Amino acid sequence: MSGPNTDYDPVEVAAVSPAEVEAARDAALAAIAAAADLEQLKAVRSEHAGDRSPLALANREIGALPPQARKEAGQRVGQARGAVNKALAARQVELEAENEARILVEEAVDVTLPTDRDPVGARHPLTTGSELIADIFVAMGWEVAEGPVIEAEWLNFDALNLGPDHPARTMQDTFWTEPADNHVVLRTHTSPVQARTMLTRTPPIYVVCPGRVFRTDEYDATHSPMFHQVEGLAIDEGISMAHLKGTLDHFATQMFGEGITTRFRPSYFPFTEPSAEVDLVCFVCRGSQVNDEGETCRTCRGEGWIEWGGCGIVNPRVLQACGVDSSRYSGFAFGMGIDRTLMFRHGLEDLRTLFEGDVRFTTAFGSEL
Amino acid sequence: MKAPVSWIRELVDLPADVTTEVLTDRLTALGLKLEAIHSADITGPLVIGRVLTQDKEPQKNGKVINWCTVDVGDANGTGEPQGIVCGAHNFGPGDLVVVVLPGGVLPGGFEISARKTYGHLSAGMICSARELGLGDDHDGIIVLPPDAGEPGDDVFELLGLDDEVIEFEINPDRAYALSLRGVAREAALGFGAPFTDPAERSLPEVDGRAWQVEVEDPAGCPVFAARLVSGFDPTRPTPDFMKRRVEQAGMRSISLAVDITNYVMLELGQPIHGYDADKVAGALRVRRAREGEKLTTLDDAVRDLSTEDLVIADDSGPIGLAGVMGGATTEMSDTTTRVLVEAAHWDAVSMFRTGKRHKLTSEAGKRNERGVDPLLPGAAADRVVELMVEHGGATAEPGFTLVGTAPERPTISFEPDLPARLSGIDISAVTTVESLRAIGAAVTESGDGSLEVVPPTWRPDVNDPYDLVEEVVRIVGYDQVPSVLPRRATGRGLTRAQRLRRRIGRTLAGAGCVEVVSFPFVGEATFDRLGLPADDPLRSTVGLANPLSSEEPSYTTTLLPGLLEAAGRNVSRGAPGVSLFETGTVAFPSENGPAPIYGVHTRPSDAELEKLLEALPVQPLHLAVVLAGERSRAGWWGEGADAGWTDALAVVRRLADELGVRIQVANAARMPWHPGRCAVVSIDEVVIGHAGELHPSVCKAFGLPARSAAVEVDLDALMAAAVDVTPGPVFSTMPVAKEDVALVVDASVTVAEVEAALREGAGELLESVRLFDVYTGEQIGEGRKSLAFALRFRAPDRTLTDAEISAARDAAVAAAVERVGAVQRT
Ligand SMILES: [Zn+2]
Repeated sequence: MSGPNTDYDPVEVAAVSPAEVEAARDAALAAIAAAADLEQLKAVRSEHAGDRSPLALANREIGALPPQARKEAGQRVGQARGAVNKALAARQVELEAENEARILVEEAVDVTLPTDRDPVGARHPLTTGSELIADIFVAMGWEVAEGPVIEAEWLNFDALNLGPDHPARTMQDTFWTEPADNHVVLRTHTSPVQARTMLTRTPPIYVVCPGRVFRTDEYDATHSPMFHQVEGLAIDEGISMAHLKGTLDHFATQMFGEGITTRFRPSYFPFTEPSAEVDLVCFVCRGSQVNDEGETCRTCRGEGWIEWGGCGIVNPRVLQACGVDSSRYSGFAFGMGIDRTLMFRHGLEDLRTLFEGDVRFTTAFGSEL
Repeated sequence: MKAPVSWIRELVDLPADVTTEVLTDRLTALGLKLEAIHSADITGPLVIGRVLTQDKEPQKNGKVINWCTVDVGDANGTGEPQGIVCGAHNFGPGDLVVVVLPGGVLPGGFEISARKTYGHLSAGMICSARELGLGDDHDGIIVLPPDAGEPGDDVFELLGLDDEVIEFEINPDRAYALSLRGVAREAALGFGAPFTDPAERSLPEVDGRAWQVEVEDPAGCPVFAARLVSGFDPTRPTPDFMKRRVEQAGMRSISLAVDITNYVMLELGQPIHGYDADKVAGALRVRRAREGEKLTTLDDAVRDLSTEDLVIADDSGPIGLAGVMGGATTEMSDTTTRVLVEAAHWDAVSMFRTGKRHKLTSEAGKRNERGVDPLLPGAAADRVVELMVEHGGATAEPGFTLVGTAPERPTISFEPDLPARLSGIDISAVTTVESLRAIGAAVTESGDGSLEVVPPTWRPDVNDPYDLVEEVVRIVGYDQVPSVLPRRATGRGLTRAQRLRRRIGRTLAGAGCVEVVSFPFVGEATFDRLGLPADDPLRSTVGLANPLSSEEPSYTTTLLPGLLEAAGRNVSRGAPGVSLFETGTVAFPSENGPAPIYGVHTRPSDAELEKLLEALPVQPLHLAVVLAGERSRAGWWGEGADAGWTDALAVVRRLADELGVRIQVANAARMPWHPGRCAVVSIDEVVIGHAGELHPSVCKAFGLPARSAAVEVDLDALMAAAVDVTPGPVFSTMPVAKEDVALVVDASVTVAEVEAALREGAGELLESVRLFDVYTGEQIGEGRKSLAFALRFRAPDRTLTDAEISAARDAAVAAAVERVGAVQRT
C-alpha cells in the first residue's frame, strides 16, 4: 500500500499515467458494454469500479504524487471513473429494461383459456319484460299497481260488469278455490287490480298492472293455466279513445320500434264500451308480406298485423261499482298478454319454455330485456 | 258462425265488385271478425258435357263399364268428342253431365289426367256429387236438367262450387250475427246496400187455434208462437241447396224436417223446435220444472231437472228443455207427418243457467242465451211452414198461436256529442243520428238538443248511451280514431316494494342465480316428497275446487317444490350444477270467508271492502333459492366446488347486506332441510325463513346431487326491514392494529356466541372480528374445538399504544372465557 508519507515510487505512480488510466477506463467500458445481463454487470461493477479496481487503486495513488502532479492526475482519474460510472448506470438501466421486458414476455398467457369459474345468473324474461313495460309507462308519469293473485269473485267479475249470468264468465274458465261457495278465485285477469285502484284512489288515475293470472287451460305450446298480463287504466276528465290510441301507439313504438303502431277493431269486453281489439303492425315484415304467397311472414302469417290485446272506454257501470263519478270522469283500459308479447317479440316457439326453468333459456336473456 | 257468400248476397244487394276479401275486410272493421274463408277445393276445367255414345263393355271381373264419347264443346281445345270410361249407369246418351277434363283437381288433391284403362284412353271423368264434395249420398253421376246449358259451359256457378263460406268470430254481445239475417244486415250497413229482411213476412191472423199453448212463466217465455202442418212426407229428401247451406254453416243434414228448422234458424237466428204432433198429448205448457222431474233429451241423456229450468210440458209432463234441447218422446222421426212448429222467445239468463247446469251447448242454446230478436217467433214459424209445404208436400193447417208480446226496448236519452267526446273523432250530431238510424234504432230529437233513442229489437246488447257510442263509432270507423297522448299523468314512480324487488332480483342474478317462474300447484304428494310431517302447517293449503290435475289440487304454501323440480329438470338435462331462484306469492287459508258478493250499482263501503279483503287468503311474497351440484367450476385453474349449506347462507347474507338488514341465524331442524345443517333466519327474533343443506331424502326425491342446498324466506318481511336511507358510514384513517386469538371451546358452543363475547369484551376500540380458522383434533381434546379469530383495533383519533391494544385484546379474551368457557390457546 502507498501512503502520503512513503517515498515516491515510480512504479506505483505509473498507475496514474495517462496511458494506464486510459487503458483501465477503456477496459472497464468494454466490459460494461459486454455485460449481457444484470448478473454480469454486477461482476463488471465490482471488477472495474469496485474498491480493488484499477481506477480505484489509481485514485488512491494520487495522494502520493507530488503536489504539482496531483491536480492533473486527479482530473484524469476522476474523469475516467465518471465515464465508467455513467456507463455502468446506463447499462444498468438498459439491462433492467431488457430484464423486465423478458419477464413480461415469459409471463404471457393464452388468453383463450376459459375463465368460467363462477356461475352466471340471470333474471327471467317475464320479470324483466314486465319491468320494461312498467318503465315505459312510468316514464309517461303512470304508476304500477299490483294486487293478489287469489282474488275475491266480486272484484274479479261483478265489479267489472261480469255479473253471475254474464256469458263472458264461462269464457274465462276460472279456477275456483274451495269451498266453491267461498267466492274466491284465482284471478282470471289483472283487471281486479284496476277495480282495487279505482276503489281506493281518486282520479286522475294512470296505472299499469302487470301480473300473473290463471285460467283452466290445458298446458300446451300456446296455452298455459298460468300466464301473465299487463293492463292499463286511465281515469281522468275528458279521456277518449284518442288517448287510448295515443298511449298504445307510444307503448308499441317503445316496445317494438319506430313505426310500429296499432289498429283498432270493434270487439266486446264487459269491462269496456266501446271496446276494441288492438292489432300491432307486424314488426318483422311491417306488412310487406301481405298477400305474398311466395314468402309468408311467420310472425303475422302474412296478415301484416299481430293480434295484441283488447281495450276500450271503461264501461260506466264499472265506474259506478268502483265509486268513480261517471258524469265527471271517463277512462280507458287496455290489456295484453306479456307471455304472448314476449313470444312474438323474441320469436319463441313454445310457451312452455317460459315455465320449465331450463337455465339455458333464461341466461340467454341476461338481467334486462 | 259460417255464412255462405251466396246466401249473404241473397239478402243484401251488394255491388258486383265487392269481392269476398273486400266484404270480410269491411265486416271485420264493423266488428264481425274474419276467422277463415272456406272455398270448394276444386280447380277446373269442370264443364258441361253431352253424352254422345255409351257402349257397355262387360269385363272379366264381372263389372260392366261404359265407354262414352262426350261433347264438351271447345273446352278440350279441339272441339272433338272426349272419350271417357265411366263405371256408373244412371245416365245415357243425350244426357247433360259434369265433366272434369285432364288438368283438373278434385277435392282431396285428386289430379285428373288422361290414362289408359279397360283398353281405352280415358281423357277425363264424368263426375258424381260425391266426387265434387257436394254431399256423400249421391252415388250416381250428376245428370243436369236439359236446360242447364251448352256443352263446354263452366259449371262452377251452376253447382254452387264458386260459393265461398265466410267463418266469423262472433263476440258474445253480437248474438244477431249468428244468423244470415244479422250478417247480411251488417254487410248492408257496411256498403250502404239495400237489405231484404227475411223476417218481414205477412203473417196470418193470430187466433190461438194452431195449438193450445199456456205460458205459466211469461218472464221466462215472453213470446211463444206455434203452427201446425199435416201431410208432411217424411221420405222426401232435403233439397240440395238447403242441404248444402246447412252443411256449409257447419251443421249436419239429418232429415228434411230437421233441416228445415235448422235452415230457418240459420237464416233468421230464431231457434225452432219441431214436435211430432201425433206424440204430443194435450196443450203445451211453458213452466218451471217441478222437483224430481226428469227428461230424456234428444241426445238420449236422462236429465234431472231443476226447479229453475224452464220446460215445455204436455199432459205427460216435460217434453222439452225450453230453448236448449227437445225431448225424445215427441221427437220427429221418419214417420212423422204432422209437425207442430214452436218458435219462442226465451229469457237469456234462464237459458244460460240451464245450459250451464246441464252442461249442454246446442246451436239453439247458443243463440237463446245470447238474446234473440223477440219479434221473430211468428215469422220464423211461418217460414218453417212455408218450407215444409214447398219441399215436404205438407199442408199448412189453419190457425196461428202467438202467446205474449215482445218486451219493450228501453228509450235511451242520448247527448249527440257523446260519440265525439268519447272517441276523440270529430263526429257531428247529424252523423250520430244517421248512424243510429242505420243500425235500425228509432231516433227522435227532443227539444233540449238531446236524443231519444230506441234500439232495434234485434240488438238486445244495446241498452246504454255508451253502447250507442260504440255503434256510432264503429260505423264512422275505428280507424278514424286519432292518436293523442294524455297529458296529465303525474305519477310517483315505482313504489318502495317495486324498487326493492328489482334490487333483490339483480342481487341474486349477481350471485350467479337464475330466475325461474313455475306453477304454484301442489298436492299431498308434493309435501310428502319434501318430507313434511303430517301436521306441518305448510300442508294446510288453499284448495282448488276445479284443479287441472287431481294430483295437484292446491295453491302452494312454499316455492320450493317448483324450484326443486326445475333444478332436477336441469340436472336431468345434463347440467353439472344449477343455481335457481324464484320470487312469488304463496297462500295460506283465511278463516274469514266466504268473500261477500256486493251489488254493483254503488261502491261498497270501506267497512264492506275491508270484510272482502279479510276473506282472502294471506298471500305473502316469498323468495326461494336452490343450489344444486357444481357451484364454482373446476378447470385448468384447479378444483371447483359443489354447492352446500354455506352457499345457501351466503346468498341470504348477501341479500341482507344489500338491503342493509341485520339478520340472525341459528341452528334449526326443519324439513326439507338436513336436521344438522339448517339455519333458521330471523330479524329481531322474528323468523323470516330457513337456509341450509337439503335433507338427503329430498335430494333423492327430486333427483338432485347430494348436499344440494336451499333457501326460503318471507320476502315481505325482509323488505319491510330494509333500510331506506343508509346513514353515511364513519370510519377512522388512523393505523390499524391486528391481533389474532385462538380460543378452545366446547364443541357445542357456536361461533356466533364466541364472537358476541369477544365483541362485547373488546369494547369500542374493536373495529372488526372475523373467524379465520376452526381446528379440531387430538391436541384440543375430544368434544372441543379451537377457533381462531382475527381482531382489528383502531381508534378514531389516535394511534393506539401497545398497552391499549393488549388491554383490549385481553378484555375480549376474558369475556370469552367468562361467557362461553373459552380457553386461550397459546
Ligand atoms: Zn309479418
